[in-house]
Amino acid sequence: MAKKSKPIVDLEDVVVKFVGDSGDGMQLVGTLFSETAALDGNDLATFPDFPAEIRAPHNTVAGVSGFQVHIGKKKILTTGDYCDVLVTMNPASLKSNLKWAKHGATLILDTDTFDPAAIEKAGYSSNPLEDRSLEKYHLVKAPITSLTREAGKDLGVDNKTAERSKNMFALGILYYLLNKPLDNTFRFFETKFKKKPDVIKLNKAVLQAGYNFADTVEAISSQYTIPKATMEKGKYRNIVGNTAVAWGFIAASERSGRPLFLGSYPITPATEILMELAKHKSLGVKVFQAEDEIAGICSAIGAAYTGSLAITTTSGPGLSLKSEAIGLAVMTELPMVIVDVQRGGPSTGLPTKSEQSDLLQALFGRNGECPVIIVAASSPANAFYMAFEAAKLALEHMTPTMLLSEGVIGFGSELFKIPKAADLPAIQPPIAKPNEPDYKPFRRDPETLVRKWALPGTEGLRHRVGGLEKENITGIVSTDPLNHQLMVNLRAEKVQKVQNFIPRQEIYGDPEGDLLVIGWGSTKGAIQYAVDEMRAAGKKVSHAHFHYIMPLPKNTPEVFAGFKKIIVCELNSGQFIYYLRMLFPQFKYSQYNKVQGLPFVVNELTAVFNQILEEE
Amino acid sequence: MFERPENTTIERSSVELTKQDFVSDQMVKWCPGCGAHAILSSVANVFPKIGYKKENFVMVSGIGCSSRFPYYVNTYGIHGIHGRAAAISSGVKIANPHLSVWVATGDGDSLAIGGNHFIHVIRRNIDLNIILFNNQIYGLTKGQYSPTTPMGMVTKTSPQGTIEHPFNIGELVMGAQGTFFARAVDTNPKLMTEIMFEAAKHDGTSLIEILQNCIIFADGAHQQVTAKDIKDDFQLVLKNGEPMIFGKNKDKGIRFFSNRLEVVQLGENGITENDLLIHDKYQQDPGVHLMLAKMAPPMFPVALGVIRSAMYPTYDDMVEEQIAYAKENNPVKTVDDLLNSGDTWVI
Repeated sequence: MAKKSKPIVDLEDVVVKFVGDSGDGMQLVGTLFSETAALDGNDLATFPDFPAEIRAPHNTVAGVSGFQVHIGKKKILTTGDYCDVLVTMNPASLKSNLKWAKHGATLILDTDTFDPAAIEKAGYSSNPLEDRSLEKYHLVKAPITSLTREAGKDLGVDNKTAERSKNMFALGILYYLLNKPLDNTFRFFETKFKKKPDVIKLNKAVLQAGYNFADTVEAISSQYTIPKATMEKGKYRNIVGNTAVAWGFIAASERSGRPLFLGSYPITPATEILMELAKHKSLGVKVFQAEDEIAGICSAIGAAYTGSLAITTTSGPGLSLKSEAIGLAVMTELPMVIVDVQRGGPSTGLPTKSEQSDLLQALFGRNGECPVIIVAASSPANAFYMAFEAAKLALEHMTPTMLLSEGVIGFGSELFKIPKAADLPAIQPPIAKPNEPDYKPFRRDPETLVRKWALPGTEGLRHRVGGLEKENITGIVSTDPLNHQLMVNLRAEKVQKVQNFIPRQEIYGDPEGDLLVIGWGSTKGAIQYAVDEMRAAGKKVSHAHFHYIMPLPKNTPEVFAGFKKIIVCELNSGQFIYYLRMLFPQFKYSQYNKVQGLPFVVNELTAVFNQILEEE
Repeated sequence: MFERPENTTIERSSVELTKQDFVSDQMVKWCPGCGAHAILSSVANVFPKIGYKKENFVMVSGIGCSSRFPYYVNTYGIHGIHGRAAAISSGVKIANPHLSVWVATGDGDSLAIGGNHFIHVIRRNIDLNIILFNNQIYGLTKGQYSPTTPMGMVTKTSPQGTIEHPFNIGELVMGAQGTFFARAVDTNPKLMTEIMFEAAKHDGTSLIEILQNCIIFADGAHQQVTAKDIKDDFQLVLKNGEPMIFGKNKDKGIRFFSNRLEVVQLGENGITENDLLIHDKYQQDPGVHLMLAKMAPPMFPVALGVIRSAMYPTYDDMVEEQIAYAKENNPVKTVDDLLNSGDTWVI
C-alpha cells in the first residue's frame, strides 16, 4: 500500500461518473467502486447510463457508456445531479459528459486516447487537452493505456491483453484520490477469475499501478475521504432496482405460500427481472419466456387460475400489447401483478432512458371500464417493498395490480437494509376450501367485495371464468343490462375498497404550509433534497410522495388542504396532475414537468419552488 | 381399446365416472346442425374414459364459435381472448402439471390471430390437448374467410374468391416440430373419441384437427371428404402397424413409390397389401407423416386418425426436472438465504 503522504480532506458526499467506450468496462468499474464504498461504510446510489446499441461504433459519442455513483456520509437519495469526479476513457466520452461535471470537478483522462483521429471522431475541432477549454476543471492527465501496457509487460502480458484492464488503472487512481482500500476489488478478481491466475495477477498489478501513479503524480495534491455514514443498525447490501422487484415477489411467494410464476418477454429496461427470477428455481420459481408480450401475460393468467402468484414484466410498448389481457384478468377477477419498468415513449421511444411515461396508460389504457390497483416504486430498495405490496394486494383482493417502476429505478442501485422474511407481513389469499357449501365463483366478501379463489383440482368447485360478462354470484354468462351495471360497479368498488388496506399518505415536513410538492416514482430523492434546501432556507415547503396511485390513500384531500399552494412534479407532461384534477377538482395545482429522459436536478426544482412561492 | 393412460402426474378418479359427470347445466347455443355438437359429445364421452379425477380437467379456449366450449362442459375452465388459448393453457399446465389441460379452438383463433402462440406451443411440446375445429370460415363474425379457407372461395370478405393460400394444419404442426397430430371428421364420433383418448395418452402437445361443418357460412366445406356416397373413397383411417387401405370395397391403398405417395388399386398390376405403406405413428422422422397429412382430394383420400405420435421430452416435465435439480443443488433454500446471499455487511 502506498504511503499516505498527501493531506486528506473530509467530504460530505462525492459524485463520481465513469465514462468510456461501450466496451471499456465502465459498468464493471462503477460497480466495483460502489461495492468498495459500501463496504467502507458510505451510503450510496448508482445509475448506469448506456446506449441502446451493445457495441456502438468505437470512439463515437453514440457509443459512450457511463456509470454514475453518489457516495456519502449523509443519506444518499439520488445518484447526484452533477459529478465531482469524471473518469473519462476517451475524447468522445469527455465530449458527451463534460456538461455533467461540476465547475472545478476533477477530470481523470487517458491522454493516450487523445490522438487526432479520435479527437476528430468525437466532434472536437481541436485537442481539448491543449486548447485551454478545460481550464475551469482540475485535470489528472494520465497515460492510462501505455501505463497499463507497462504493467502488463512486467508480467509478460502482450499489449492487447493488458489493455483490457485499463479500466482498473483508472479505478486505481480513483481509489487513491478518494482514499479507498483496494482489498475488496482484489477479492473480486480472485473469485471472478478463480481459474485464470494470470488474469488475477494482471488486474491486481494494473489496479495497484493506477493507485501508485496517483500517489506520485503532482496533479493530485491531496486525498479526499468520505467518512462513514450514520445508518440504522443492521445488515446491509447493495441492491439494483430490477433485482429488488424480483426478490420482492419471491418474498411474497414465500409469505403467501403461493408458487411464483413469471410469464414474460424480454424488453428494456425490464428484462433483468426476468433474468433474475430465472436464477431462482431452487425457490420453486417458474419462469416462462414467452413468444411475445401477449403470451407473457396470458400464460400468467393461466397460472393465476391454478393458484400461482402470477407475474408479468414489461415496459411501455409491452404494456400496450398486454392491454386486452389485463382486461381478461380484471373480468375474471384473478390476481396477478403487471410490472411496467417505464421508459421514454411513445412507440419504441427512448428504450434506455427513464420517463414517467405510462401512468395514464396504467390507469385508463384498456377497453371498457377496467380498474386495476396501481402502486409505484420510488427507489431501488423501495422497489422490493412495493413489489411485495403489489403481490399482497393482488392476492388478497383478487385483482390485477400494476407496479410502476422506471428505468432509473430498475437499473439504479442503493443500499438496502436486509429484512427478515418473517418480519414481512403475512399474505392471505381467499382460497376456497374443497366442497365448500354453496360455492359460487362470483360470490363476494361483503366487506371487500373479493370473490374466492377456487383452484383447479379442488373437489366440488368446478367453475368457468372468462372474458364475457358474468352474472354476479353465479358466474353464468349474462348480458342482462342491470347485471352489467352491477358488475361494473362492483369491480370499481372492489378496487376502491383497497383504500382500507393501504397506509395513509405521509407528509415529509410539516402538515401545513405555503407549498406542498407532490411527486410519485423515481423523483422522490431529488424532490426531497430540494425540499430540504427550501426548508433549510426557512421556507414552509413540504413533500407528499405517492406510492399508492389507484386507489389513492383515503386522506389525500386532507393532505392537500393543509397547503396554500400545490405543485405536482413529474417526468412527463403532467399525467398524475391530470388524474388529481379529475379526482380533486377543489384544489388549484401548479405543475413542473420534464420529458428529456433525464431525472430532475435539485437546482431546477428549488428554482421552480421559489418562483411559485413568490407568485401571487 | 381404451387402455388407460400411464401418466402418473395426474391423479385418477377413485370412482367410475360417466358422461353425466361432464355435462354442463348451461344451454348449448351453437346453431342446430353445427358440427361442434358432435365434438362436445365426444369430449364428454372420452373424459370419463380417460379416468382422471373430474376436478383435474381444465378446458381453455380463445374466441370464436368453438371457444364457447368451456361453458358447455363441466370442468374447470377459462374462456380466454382471441387467439390466446395456447398461451393461457401453457400457463395452466406449467404452473400445475397435475392437471389435464384441453384447448378448444378454431382455424381463425389458432391460425390467424393466434398463429404465433400456436407454433410456439407446439414447438415447446407442452403437455396440452388442443382440439382445433377447422370449419374453414369465421363463424361467430358471420362468414369471413379464414387461414384454411380454400383459395378461390367466395365469402363475405372475398366476393371474387380468396386470393390467399390456405394453411394445411398438419403441415404447420410438423413444421413447428409437433409430436402429435391427429385428424377426424365431425361426422365420425367414434373416431373423434378414439383420437381424443390417444391425445390424452400422448406426453406433449397433441393437436387434433376436426374437419367441422359450419352449417350456416360454409356448409359442405368438407363435402368432398364427408359426403355419404364418396366418403369411403376419400377417407383413409390410419391404424398403427397396419397397411394403408381404404375405399368402399377396401381395395385401394397408399404406397410409397418414386419418392412420393401414390394411390394404388389392390389386385391391379400385381399390387398386393405387401406393397402398401404400413403406418408407423411413432416414427421420429416426420417425413411420411407430413406427406400423409398433406394428402387431399381429388388425387388422394384425406388421412384420418392418429397421423403422428412421436416421443419427445415435454416442456413441463423439463421445468419440473430443472426445479428439482436446483432445489437439490442450490444452497439458496429460503428468502432469507436469498436476501443474505452475495456481499453483505453489518453496521
